[in-house]
Amino acid sequence: MRDVYVAGIGITTFTRLEYPLVEIASYASMMALKDAGITEVDQVYVANMGAARLNHQTALASAVTDSLSLLPAGAAAIENGPASGAAAIKAGFQAVASGMDDVVLVAGVERMREVNNLEATDFVATLTHPLAEYIYGVTLPALAAMFARLYMDKYGVTERHLAMVGVKNQNAALNNEWAHLQQAITLEGILDSPEAMTNNPYVADPLRFFDACPVSDGGAAIILVSKEKAQELGRPMIRLSGIGQATDTHAVFEREEPTDLLAVRKAAHDAYQMSGLSPEEIDVAELHDAFTILEIAQSEEVGFFPKGEGHIALEKGETALGGKIPINVGGGLKGRGHPVGATGVAQAWEIVTQLRGDGGKRQVEGARTGLTLNFGGFGNNVVCLTFVRED
Amino acid sequence: MSVDLEKILRPIDHDLAPYEPKYMMLASGEAVVVRQVFRDEIPDLLKHVEPLIHVERDFYDVVAARVYAELLGYYKHRFQDQYVLALQVDGELAAIVNGREVKPGLGLSLHTLALRRGLRIGAHGFAAKMEYHIDTLGHDEVLIVAESPIGFRRWMIEYKLEKRFDIPHELGGVPSWALTRELFDRARSKLVVGRRPVPPALLEKAMEKILPPSDPPTPPLDPLAATRALYDPTATALVQQRWEMEKGAGNA
Repeated sequence: MRDVYVAGIGITTFTRLEYPLVEIASYASMMALKDAGITEVDQVYVANMGAARLNHQTALASAVTDSLSLLPAGAAAIENGPASGAAAIKAGFQAVASGMDDVVLVAGVERMREVNNLEATDFVATLTHPLAEYIYGVTLPALAAMFARLYMDKYGVTERHLAMVGVKNQNAALNNEWAHLQQAITLEGILDSPEAMTNNPYVADPLRFFDACPVSDGGAAIILVSKEKAQELGRPMIRLSGIGQATDTHAVFEREEPTDLLAVRKAAHDAYQMSGLSPEEIDVAELHDAFTILEIAQSEEVGFFPKGEGHIALEKGETALGGKIPINVGGGLKGRGHPVGATGVAQAWEIVTQLRGDGGKRQVEGARTGLTLNFGGFGNNVVCLTFVRED
Repeated sequence: MSVDLEKILRPIDHDLAPYEPKYMMLASGEAVVVRQVFRDEIPDLLKHVEPLIHVERDFYDVVAARVYAELLGYYKHRFQDQYVLALQVDGELAAIVNGREVKPGLGLSLHTLALRRGLRIGAHGFAAKMEYHIDTLGHDEVLIVAESPIGFRRWMIEYKLEKRFDIPHELGGVPSWALTRELFDRARSKLVVGRRPVPPALLEKAMEKILPPSDPPTPPLDPLAATRALYDPTATALVQQRWEMEKGAGNA
């Protein structure tokens, strides 16, 4: 198996984008192609979850490839729920590592704001079990709320801990010009003041408004290449060193212990094993904080902290910029936004930015290793990636 | 015989009870002051409203154009029984809300224009003006419409407004919705916040000068993007339109 490197990255602003879906994907891709200094690719993978349903568009990869004048490159769209982005990166990795292709463009894109918030919530809920969950009206906020309640009962996590994640990540987004939310928040304003309940109402008890990521449009792209090609292009040598993917029961209630995210644990374990890294050796991480409770739980499952102690590390500032393991320094899903198909690619974009030392005010000093965790379904399809800077 | 036409044209305003200022904390931790703005300060508002007329997003263009006309009408004595409230953060204009009294017991909401977004400032402003109608002016009912989907979610859905579709609203003649005293009382604990009295330093800062908004809504980068995305994803209509323009200019 050949080593695979990231030679180019691109992203659009995550916000409401009043552009056709293909344009959004193409814009991010053009940035990545320009960054890598190439105009031709062998293969294009486009990660997306909702084009057919939200944007009335199918065969997205063909459209993006033509739009970018990358013909006759091979092209395929990858739909894997909110883990589509990292799943597409995995496909790109396999193509290069196997020797089939030398240069692969992986783009992730979503345009969710084309529909109203009710339709967007319903669209995301279609990833739940159709007979055991969806027909009873389950939504992702509802699943996350039940998960949070169990977590609070079992491990002593409080609403203050959840709010602390929200404040940390939303304020981190202020250092990321591409992030959706550009508005500082404080614990006083969302939790302690007499107006906090109105500013930050319950969405699904115990989760409140600022515990959830925004609904965003956006695109991100990376270029994966072989070692020879990476050396030829002369960009910083960032190797995609580890990939782990695992699944769990579709219906959450079938899990023996719902607070254990076994697919996260397995995906991270496999990524570490492949890369030869341990959790202690990771310098910066992007976790899938679609809801604040998920950052806490995932920070334990990927091995950064013992089970049930993620919120204690949060209290100590260990997950903030300058802490032991900075998590979501670009805002995470909470602050950067969560165009579902683009998220996994955007996480990789952030880590590569960090490993290149281009993070600006959010740069983790001396970062040479990074991890992304892309959480699909409600933890039933998870992809973990690790990256290492080699030069 | 000389006729003072101005006396005929100028409406006779009724004395509306003043709005008692209040303040509240936003999610950002900043304090926002809600206070009444009187005629002499209207020019200070107009210059901040005008740029929003050109923001083709979330109906800012329609709302700002109408607010501009309403404020100008108030300033030049061509609008009866209007009141205007401003929301200010550290002196900066964050929102304008206005309305009027139709007759004793009946109020009419005109507009809610948020100049800073993402902190429920518009929602706080709307709640403040409903509080003014119901609690201060003693209205039993306030007639309301929404021009944007955001407004519809904030007013019609959050307050569970009642339909008054037989009453055309003064804004565009569209069917009215109504906030009754009972509905307001039900929403009060969840949606209406604020503390009184306003600390003197905060109020003084707000009264001193209406400062321009630091982060006002801006137009989309491509003014045609909204139209293109909704109706013409392949841009063929746009190309067609350009051909027509070129033909019209004698270039064809």
